[in-house]
Amino acid sequence: MQRLDFIALGPLLIVAVFIVAVMVMIAIKRRHASTLALSVLGLLSALFNLPFAARYAPRVVTPLLVIDGYALFYMGLILASALATVALSHGYLSKMDDPPEEFYLLTLIATLGSIVLVASRHMGSFFLGLEILSVSLYALSAYTRSRDESIEAGLKYLVLAGVSASFLLFGVALIYAETGTMDFPSMGAVFQQGSAFSQSVYIMAGMGFVIVAIGFKLAVVPFHMWTPDIYQGAPAPVTAFVATASKGAVAAFLIRLFAPVDLTAFPGLYAIFGCMAVGSMVAGNVLALMQDNVKRLLAYSSIAHMGYLLTAFLAGGKDSIVFVAFYLAAYSASILGCFGVMTLLSEKERDADAFSDFQNLFYKRPWLAGVMTAMLLSLAGIPLTAGFIGKFFVVSASVKTAHWGLALTLALTSGAGLFYYLRLIVTMFTSVPSDRSESVMPQKRLPALDALTLTVLTTLVAWLGITPAWFMGILERMIP
Amino acid sequence: MIMAWLILIPIFCGILAWILDRRITGSARWTALVALSSNLGVLCFLVRSFTVSGVTQQPYLMDLDIPWISSAGIHFHLAMDGLSLVLVLLTHLLGLVAVLSSWKEIREKEGFFYFNLLWVLGGIIGVFLSMDLFLFYFFWEMMLIPMFFLISVYGHENRIYASVKFFLFTQVSGLLMLLSILGLYFVHADITGNYTFNYFELLGTPVSGIFGILFMLGFLVAFAVKLPAFPFHTWLPDAHTEAPTAGSIILAGLLLKTGAYGMIRFVIPLFPDAAAAVSKTVMVLAVAGIIYGALLALSQTDFKRLVAYTSVSHMGFVMLGIFAWNTLALQGVVIQLICHGLSTGALFFLAGVLKDRLHTRDLNKMGGLWAAVPKMAVLTLFFALASLGLPGLGNFIAEFTILLGVFKADKIMAAAASAGLVGAAVYSLWIIQSAFHGPLTIKETIADLSFRETTALVLMLLGLVWLGMNPGPVFRMAQPSLDHLTRSVSFEHPGMCGVSSKPVTCLHPEYSGGTVHAAP
Repeated sequence: MQRLDFIALGPLLIVAVFIVAVMVMIAIKRRHASTLALSVLGLLSALFNLPFAARYAPRVVTPLLVIDGYALFYMGLILASALATVALSHGYLSKMDDPPEEFYLLTLIATLGSIVLVASRHMGSFFLGLEILSVSLYALSAYTRSRDESIEAGLKYLVLAGVSASFLLFGVALIYAETGTMDFPSMGAVFQQGSAFSQSVYIMAGMGFVIVAIGFKLAVVPFHMWTPDIYQGAPAPVTAFVATASKGAVAAFLIRLFAPVDLTAFPGLYAIFGCMAVGSMVAGNVLALMQDNVKRLLAYSSIAHMGYLLTAFLAGGKDSIVFVAFYLAAYSASILGCFGVMTLLSEKERDADAFSDFQNLFYKRPWLAGVMTAMLLSLAGIPLTAGFIGKFFVVSASVKTAHWGLALTLALTSGAGLFYYLRLIVTMFTSVPSDRSESVMPQKRLPALDALTLTVLTTLVAWLGITPAWFMGILERMIP
Repeated sequence: MIMAWLILIPIFCGILAWILDRRITGSARWTALVALSSNLGVLCFLVRSFTVSGVTQQPYLMDLDIPWISSAGIHFHLAMDGLSLVLVLLTHLLGLVAVLSSWKEIREKEGFFYFNLLWVLGGIIGVFLSMDLFLFYFFWEMMLIPMFFLISVYGHENRIYASVKFFLFTQVSGLLMLLSILGLYFVHADITGNYTFNYFELLGTPVSGIFGILFMLGFLVAFAVKLPAFPFHTWLPDAHTEAPTAGSIILAGLLLKTGAYGMIRFVIPLFPDAAAAVSKTVMVLAVAGIIYGALLALSQTDFKRLVAYTSVSHMGFVMLGIFAWNTLALQGVVIQLICHGLSTGALFFLAGVLKDRLHTRDLNKMGGLWAAVPKMAVLTLFFALASLGLPGLGNFIAEFTILLGVFKADKIMAAAASAGLVGAAVYSLWIIQSAFHGPLTIKETIADLSFRETTALVLMLLGLVWLGMNPGPVFRMAQPSLDHLTRSVSFEHPGMCGVSSKPVTCLHPEYSGGTVHAAP
């Protein structure tokens, strides 16, 4: 390895170094505030290191990793999501009896796994990243040990992720048996020879297994069953991380794997993804209508959003890669905001995930309700928010390539989807007669760090919604 | 840049009102009043400068074009013609009335109320001025959310149901329009290689066959829901009834007008052939709406619900006039839009006043109020008569001109539509009879109109009389743009001359490089 390789790998190395530092610090002396500070510092310095790494991009570092604009963009997204998660967890963890320090350690490890995932160009490094991510997520999901549902969520995630990992391994093995290679560019080259692809049973079966594994991680229909339970059981900040960093990393991988493949040449593969997209949009939006728990509601809504994402992905071409990236960024900012508000409202015994927790919020905590409203409107795709521009790009990509069925499904199901976002928003504006006394109570002040994080997220959602041009410019430069 | 300020002032002042209200009670309504008055002042100044400079003879008075999302060909493109100008004026007038109507009615969460009110108005002004289809859709959606909050937070008993119904209807139809906009965008890009949402460049894009019809339907359904045209009207009575007074005024007076505006500006000019192909059906639906709305209005006992159904009937005239597509009918449509805004706005205002005094909207529980509140009774009588189309008032001019124009295009439709006028006479007089005549049923004494209420109503009264006696200025203001629309779009009713294959000239030939032949 050369010196430049180290610079290119900077963000990964920095996160790794800070993981060790946090671990050592916890071993020497447990202090919540300084652990938080060190984690934030680590993530920030990794973020600020991205431009330096970008100077040497694209660069293949060892056969395992590639640092290109695409990887760097997703690294930025994941690091920013992790930063928001960490910043919002402080108050939440202080309320718990369990020691809070390891939470940051595990989040950093999961972040490392995610950024390895997006930089991988080889099945080996991909699997490595995925497992680093998953293993820390098992522990994170079950972090609030005193709650039964948290333990349940951790166990469910363990079993499901384990199963999907074995599917993935078997699939990779089958593909390897036929092609004799495990790095993506040469695999892509094999796929492009359509004849070999369609004739080989090994590749067909292997591809099927890999898609199953990706489907599990992305939580698209029909592999979505775990999402509501994990979302509900895991602590709110962890759910935020699962919904953003973990899904973002897998989506990035999916596109890296299939970007060189012209999907329209493979009707079978194309139909599978098409069904997954339509199924996710329909099932996610319809099932979300029936939820009485906000976390479950957001879980189903995230299934629908992954359906929108697949819709953009299916449109194909360079545009769709940019649009997916934009959509993920908009979605991450919005969902982080939602879970951030939920985190701040949560109590020691339980998370604030019932509709009643949000009732009259607008008069009790106007600031938080305002942020939540903005985020929900963004998820619903209403103008002046990032979600609107994201959805617009998705629809325009599918109309451009004449995927009328997908575009129409998106329009109709997201119309239905508005209903549940609105229901939650209306709940926040509904006053309860008995709450009148509370509305005159002095309002609790938000801790500075939380207020800052939520302000940044809200500004981002509004800014991307009003002037997306600069961000699109960045994306187009980074994704060749 | 003045046009951008027309939109930005309400938006900024909305935020200001919200912030100020947390510090000083009652500052929100003053902020709203000042914002709208200053905007209206700017507009009046504009109208004056247009008349002085004689620029009103041209179709487009002002133009503002700033790149926004260049990579997708999206511009912040506003332009004003006579039609937009008239509707923007109406927006400000009714906006002021809406503020005055809520002056005392809204007591809680005032800041948020005026925030929403100003944002709705900002969105509506944006809709009337946008000449970029993306921007148009942006404002189209933007005006929904504040309206949703106005109904769902400040409305009456059944407000959640009504607001969600309103929102879902308009939002889903809006998404269909988005698909059509994108379809048109890509068809245009395929032909010219130029990715743009610019209205003037998209004009004359030949979209043939089934796609032409589908794209047109996407637009038409969105506007027909908003108008609302039969059979898409079911959200309207609920929304109107449950909304606070200001909400009803804005819904009836302005939001419905955006549907009509969209049909005039987009549906027919963008898809003349497809629109001509369905024009017969649309006109039948319009006539059905006129008669059905009038009949339903007859059987209502709720004051606001009754007025809501009369809107369905009056908007039927509007749709009929638009699809007759000649300058005469369109002139009538423009006057109808203004007069309906004023007369229905006033009736909703009065319904709100009555509700405030009597705590009911049920006409059966009223009666004999003439003696108790003479001022209110006289004004209600005036607006009811305006609504039935009494000669001398604006509504008469409007409906008469529309029927004249429609008669030129289709005699049977014109005859059938006239039947709706009979219904209008009955329901209008029924309001007066049941609320103000007969024995007095209410024991307690109730207050007559206050100075503030009288001012708002007399303002609208004068507007209607002025339009009835002297509609010339409005005709002249809208004439150039309507002439331009009807001349540049060859829209032939099937069965009369067949589908036209005459060349269609774009509004701005320099954009698309000349003449585009309409698809046969």
